[in-house]
Amino acid sequence: MAEELFRKAFTIYGGNFDRAGESSTEIKEKLKDLNIDADIVRRSVIVAFEAEMNVVMYTNVATLNFIITDEDICLEISDQGPGIADIEQAMQEGFSTASDEMREMGFGFGMGLPNIKKNSDFLTIESDVGKGTRLFARIRLNPDACT
Amino acid sequence: MKLNEIKDILQCDILTENQDISLIEVDTVLASDGMSEILAFPRPGALMITGLTNIQSVRTADVADVKAIVYIRGKLPNEKTVELAQQKGIHIMATKLGMFDACGILRDRGMKGAI
Repeated sequence: MAEELFRKAFTIYGGNFDRAGESSTEIKEKLKDLNIDADIVRRSVIVAFEAEMNVVMYTNVATLNFIITDEDICLEISDQGPGIADIEQAMQEGFSTASDEMREMGFGFGMGLPNIKKNSDFLTIESDVGKGTRLFARIRLNPDACT
Repeated sequence: MKLNEIKDILQCDILTENQDISLIEVDTVLASDGMSEILAFPRPGALMITGLTNIQSVRTADVADVKAIVYIRGKLPNEKTVELAQQKGIHIMATKLGMFDACGILRDRGMKGAI
């Protein structure tokens, strides 16, 4: 059983493009302070940042739980947004339901969820249309570990 | 290639006052207006070339461990964006050249693409 070393919950507000990414910046600082390998820091922050941007683009509010254990980094994002009708389709590179406004901000080109998947060692996404989405990603501190 | 050489070749204006750019070397370029595309191929220490000048361009550069950004087409970021870059130690410059020309010039000088 992994031992929890640190936990912090962030509230992310939808539609606020100016502040989008602030939680991920804080997560990066914390991981760097702990002298975690730069590649693991980068992968974790890409997951957090892409998830944060998804919240900003598609929902009103979400909670991001950031947990560090002695084995891994966990990121859990739960929202009460519109949900994802077809998760398999949403995971395909290039698939997007983004608006022009979102694309003008540099996002919404159908790379967000694939980037999250690529950088996670373990990923689950559960979604109910009209109720919300919960994304849980784990990044192992030791990439060679098999758990 | 050193950042001061890139500044001269692309006729850039420097927008941040970080450390001496003649000491900063980059050999790889990430060029895109799509931030998730930059994040799909992160190259620590690379140069990012983009036409996107909002604050997310700097946040993306920070997440991808990019050393410097060149904004193209004469577009300039706002004060808040410059301030964040300054804070994160990311050098930002602006050129009037377009994406095609900026990338072509650097490629001719031996820079590699990351995407």
